[in-house]
Amino acid sequence: MITAGIDVGNRNIKVVIMKEGKIASRLAGTAGFEQREVAFKLLASAMADAGVTRDEVAHITATGMGRNALDFADSQVTDVTAAARAAAYFFPGVTTIIEVGAEESRGIKTDGKGRVLDSAINEKCAAGSGSFTESMARALGMELDEFAQKSLESTVQIPMNAQCTVFAESEVVSLIHQSTEKKDIARAVHDAIASRVSSLVRRVKLEGEVALFGGMAYNPGFCKSLMDKLKVDHLKIPEQPEFADAIGAAIVASKRAA
Amino acid sequence: MVEEKLEYWRWTESSHVDSDRDWRDARVITLGIDVGSVSTEAVVCLDGELYAYNTIRTGANSPDSANLAMEGVFAKTGLTLEDIHYTVGTGYGRVNIPFADKAITEIACHGRGAHYMGGPTIRTILDMGGQDCKVIHINELGKVTNFLMNDKCAAGTGRGMEVIADLLEVPVTEIGERSFDIDEEPPAVSDICVVFAKSEAMARLKEGWSKNKVIAAYCRAMSERVCSLINRIGVEEDFIITGGIAKNIGVARRIESILGVKARETTFDSQIAGALGAALFAYTLVTKKNKG
Repeated sequence: MITAGIDVGNRNIKVVIMKEGKIASRLAGTAGFEQREVAFKLLASAMADAGVTRDEVAHITATGMGRNALDFADSQVTDVTAAARAAAYFFPGVTTIIEVGAEESRGIKTDGKGRVLDSAINEKCAAGSGSFTESMARALGMELDEFAQKSLESTVQIPMNAQCTVFAESEVVSLIHQSTEKKDIARAVHDAIASRVSSLVRRVKLEGEVALFGGMAYNPGFCKSLMDKLKVDHLKIPEQPEFADAIGAAIVASKRAA
Repeated sequence: MVEEKLEYWRWTESSHVDSDRDWRDARVITLGIDVGSVSTEAVVCLDGELYAYNTIRTGANSPDSANLAMEGVFAKTGLTLEDIHYTVGTGYGRVNIPFADKAITEIACHGRGAHYMGGPTIRTILDMGGQDCKVIHINELGKVTNFLMNDKCAAGTGRGMEVIADLLEVPVTEIGERSFDIDEEPPAVSDICVVFAKSEAMARLKEGWSKNKVIAAYCRAMSERVCSLINRIGVEEDFIITGGIAKNIGVARRIESILGVKARETTFDSQIAGALGAALFAYTLVTKKNKG
């Protein structure tokens, strides 16, 4: 069976085509304003990459905060459920999932088989999400990759007072004025996000191994800060972690088509 | 050639001297300095009456900002630090003002300053500063009876407005007027986070909304946010709005319409309330000391 999962996120749209329980193709693009059109085009390209036609796709499931915009999808599923299914697919038995996207972060507790038991979401504030890192890297005039890497070199802990992204930007500017090293500022930023995220995880209770999904999983500086805060020695991160929810949606699609 | 980037967030720094008076005739000259996160104000009072003030943008550190603001007043009046009998510092940088004799919290100073600016009937003050927003209740003497503040989040603060001004490339001083240059009041953008409001504003622009319409939607979001803060302790008349955002009629008028209460008009620069209160406290401290 062939199914598609589409994750309409705040920043990017991700499309995954699954064939007999395996990922046949995946594609991402900037969401922009015309979410439906972008998603439709991405789906067409992803189908072409996988060598399948629209008629062969048995079911399309949409997820993400813009999921309702996709009138061509057969069904919808929440991001939390999609993430839980993806975790069961990649790491069966892992019950704690953290997802950090562009504008949202969440902690999810599952039974390890794809069923959601509890979740905590931060959707009211940009602190603790990917856009925070972006604006801080911009304030320092650094590329995101460099910003993430530099943070690992820091041996100093500087607490950030500001909780708000907008205020933190001013705080970073004053740290620059005080000639604080960039690597230490980068770490301070990652520590701040990690402490926000770990408070979400504490609400659903940390148990055993932890899976990390979302674009922030690419950031080694953040991963290090998060491991320190959670007191764990590793995180389970799938290949291309930003596709997790789209994969989860495609798995849901195959259940629904059957 | 380097292209100069326009700074749309930049608000007008201002200064004023009461030319009808001469400080040489005064018995007690006091100075109030309010080092805020975004602006710093210096106010000179002669015998407990406002004489001169100067507002500047806060720089990298509090002592320098305090000095600069003070020197601005001194340059205009010919005063020197030796002529000042007592200096009170306030604002978040108040403990870092080297020439201040005493530091007093900004809540107390705002209460006192607004009481002077709006008169003794003022009971509720909404102070909309650069990085915080406070609601203060005072009694007929200008003493604080209750207050509430948000200093954790940029939504509902001047800094948030600066972010939007920069995004839309509209000078922050024009925001208020332009927010009414629309056919119909649009629904508010997110009032919970400036970062989210910013991405929403970008989406609305792409949808074809005019800049003025987006401005109106942001002014409404900010007003709603602030009103929910006010409603937690209630608004008791008379009501006054102080701080930089008070100059933004796009926000001020919307707050009035949501609350159903008219704000007291004043001729003073709304940003000086804290420093004015500090200078007035300084006067009280000097006269008490002289009596004792």
